[in-house]
Amino acid sequence: MTDTHTGPFIAAIDQGTTSSRCIVFDRDGRIVAVDQKEHAQIFPKPGWVEHDASEIWRNVQEVVAGAMVKAGAGREDILAIGITNQRETTMLWDKRTGKPVHNAIVWQDTRTDQLCKQLGGDAGQDRWRRETGLPLAAYFAGPKIAWLLDNVEGLRAKAEAGDLLFGTMDSWVIWNLTGGVNGGVHVTDVTNASRTLLMNLEDLSWNEEIAAEMGVPLQVLPEIRSSAEVYGEVKGGPLEGLLGGVPVASALGDQQAALFGQTCFSVGEAKSTYGTGTFMLMNTGEKLIHSESGLLTTVGYRIGDQDPVYALEGSIAVTGSLVQWMRDQMGLISTAAEIETLALTVEDNGGAYFVPAFSGLFAPYWRSDARGVIAGLTRYVTKAHIARAVLEATAWQTREISDAMIKDSGDDLVALKVDGGMTSNNLLMQFLADVLDAPVVRPMVAETTCLGAAYAAGMAVGFWDSVEDLRANWRRAAEWTPDMDAEVRDREYKNWLKAVERTMGWQDE
Amino acid sequence: MARNIQSLERAAAMLRLLAGGERRLGLSDIASALGLAKATAHGILRTLQHEGFVEQDPDSGRYQLGAELLRLGTTYLDVHELRARALVWTDDLARSGGEAVYLGVLHLRGVLVVHHVFRPDDSRQVLEVGAMQPLHSTALGKVLSAFDPVAHAELVEAERERFTSRTVTGLDDIERALDLTRAQGYATDAEETWEGVAAVAAPIFDRHRMAVGAVGITGAVERVCRDGEPRPELIASVRDTARSVSRDLGAKPF
Repeated sequence: MTDTHTGPFIAAIDQGTTSSRCIVFDRDGRIVAVDQKEHAQIFPKPGWVEHDASEIWRNVQEVVAGAMVKAGAGREDILAIGITNQRETTMLWDKRTGKPVHNAIVWQDTRTDQLCKQLGGDAGQDRWRRETGLPLAAYFAGPKIAWLLDNVEGLRAKAEAGDLLFGTMDSWVIWNLTGGVNGGVHVTDVTNASRTLLMNLEDLSWNEEIAAEMGVPLQVLPEIRSSAEVYGEVKGGPLEGLLGGVPVASALGDQQAALFGQTCFSVGEAKSTYGTGTFMLMNTGEKLIHSESGLLTTVGYRIGDQDPVYALEGSIAVTGSLVQWMRDQMGLISTAAEIETLALTVEDNGGAYFVPAFSGLFAPYWRSDARGVIAGLTRYVTKAHIARAVLEATAWQTREISDAMIKDSGDDLVALKVDGGMTSNNLLMQFLADVLDAPVVRPMVAETTCLGAAYAAGMAVGFWDSVEDLRANWRRAAEWTPDMDAEVRDREYKNWLKAVERTMGWQDE
Repeated sequence: MARNIQSLERAAAMLRLLAGGERRLGLSDIASALGLAKATAHGILRTLQHEGFVEQDPDSGRYQLGAELLRLGTTYLDVHELRARALVWTDDLARSGGEAVYLGVLHLRGVLVVHHVFRPDDSRQVLEVGAMQPLHSTALGKVLSAFDPVAHAELVEAERERFTSRTVTGLDDIERALDLTRAQGYATDAEETWEGVAAVAAPIFDRHRMAVGAVGITGAVERVCRDGEPRPELIASVRDTARSVSRDLGAKPF
């Protein structure tokens, strides 16, 4: 843009599932420069997904340097670096050589399915839910560590000898940034640690019994720190010249970073990120709430030595990917945005409801025997009605998560802050406000994940003094207000729930 | 009634022939099916090929329908696609300009607002997506009328209401304003539609250099204008945004 940005700035690294990015922000939280690089997705077997952590570290260095050049900034302009990352992706590296001992196992990887079933035993997948807030599922990091130690030759001996370090991507990036083999700090933050199945939510420390049950030696685990504090300074490597001495001052898992970037600092504030799938998090404050409705309990963030802020999390597997399915598998539209055009050619869904339980139902049902259903079909229904039903499916699934959050927390949903690609769909956003019966608000900066990491790092070094400073930066780009009769909303919700019932029990197990 | 142009009739017959039955035909098949001399048929096929309506298979020398025919029916840009592409740029324009941003397309003799970004203050604002604006007096409308011949024709035929004492309604005066808009690459509205409100807008082009929409900033005249003219830095920001969206749509740099 033509207006000029003047420093000082905060840099945020987003080490994501498909790419690594670096964004430089100014004091108003506006983007000064962006650089991005994709890395390879490695699929050794069906259901297995890996990343080359060395490639990722090379890319991180490149995008940081790239963003500095684009911003015309040097070390004196950058007050701190923050990190946000794909959650749960697990790696081990050799403390002496600094080299990964195996590819990182990505969060989507399902190789630990069986191991999780074994670990659950008679107690089932909720065995450690009380302590960790999580069900025993293949996503989470702990069982992935165990798999690596048990299946890659020599690793367990190395681990016992104290030569091996575990980390999610935040730990790997911070260790390398702060010097690697020459004194790199081995830390993780509370949000990332809360996705390992190894951390006590209550006192934010590693649970030694669970680690022992899982077969994870404590000496591989990083020190658990807050999300916003100075972990160390940039030291060594190619970045030394560019950023040597700059504090590395935040780490947050990507969804928690988005919660922070959306400035959901009060109890009851929630954000929902609409991508191929959807992640909704609600701030529950200092209350650690054990969900009765199948939601996850997780740490939202912790600023320095302040009390931790907890969150409830619900994820929806299929949202944007249902629109892609309409485009790629059904051929009913040629671009994702056209779903709105098609849906707008009719007034309503014509009685059709689409429940995209393509790989079962997630929160709040957790039914792996469910499969997708289009219900309510009559001779009257056209492809345009189906397009409506596709968009409505995303809104109703959000409603189900939001109902569960309200029930668990006892707090009302004040407003829903949204981000992600699907927020450009006006019809969907309006329908979402209608079915939630709450305002839906889109912020002006779409990059809420990086912004959250930048905010946390900036707070750690005093660039911003309080969350109130950050709230003042938040700008509303659009707001959709509810405009639906309660009677219509109730009737439609009832129909949706009837359609959901019809998905269950399809798959024989 | 005037006589039809024979070669166009023959070209149309060829396209129909290639569209039905066998997909690929040789020159002699086409010539004999239409009762034409080979040389005549070849001349027409070559012209159609040049326009992209017919393609020749390099191996067999046979002819088939060209890709350009398919594109004819699908070149229109979906307005929701336009909004999705514009989202990032318009957010940044609102943030840097400090005013509300609107994106409009031609619809039913007016401008249809397809995207609206709030002014970045904490004031209460209502989403105006779906609202209509007039062609003759708004910055968005003038841009569309200046760069899209269809919009221009609509403007000439539409009733031109006087909204304020500054609204220009005479066709000659409007044409002069549109000439200026084409020359400058942007249009302004200084209290010509709403008292106290000023706007600046610039055109968005697609990869065929067609004006598919207009993007602009709207706000209180005291903030948008200085000495009766829109502030140069606002004009520059609006034009940068229009160029960025156009680039995302595949338009070549000017």
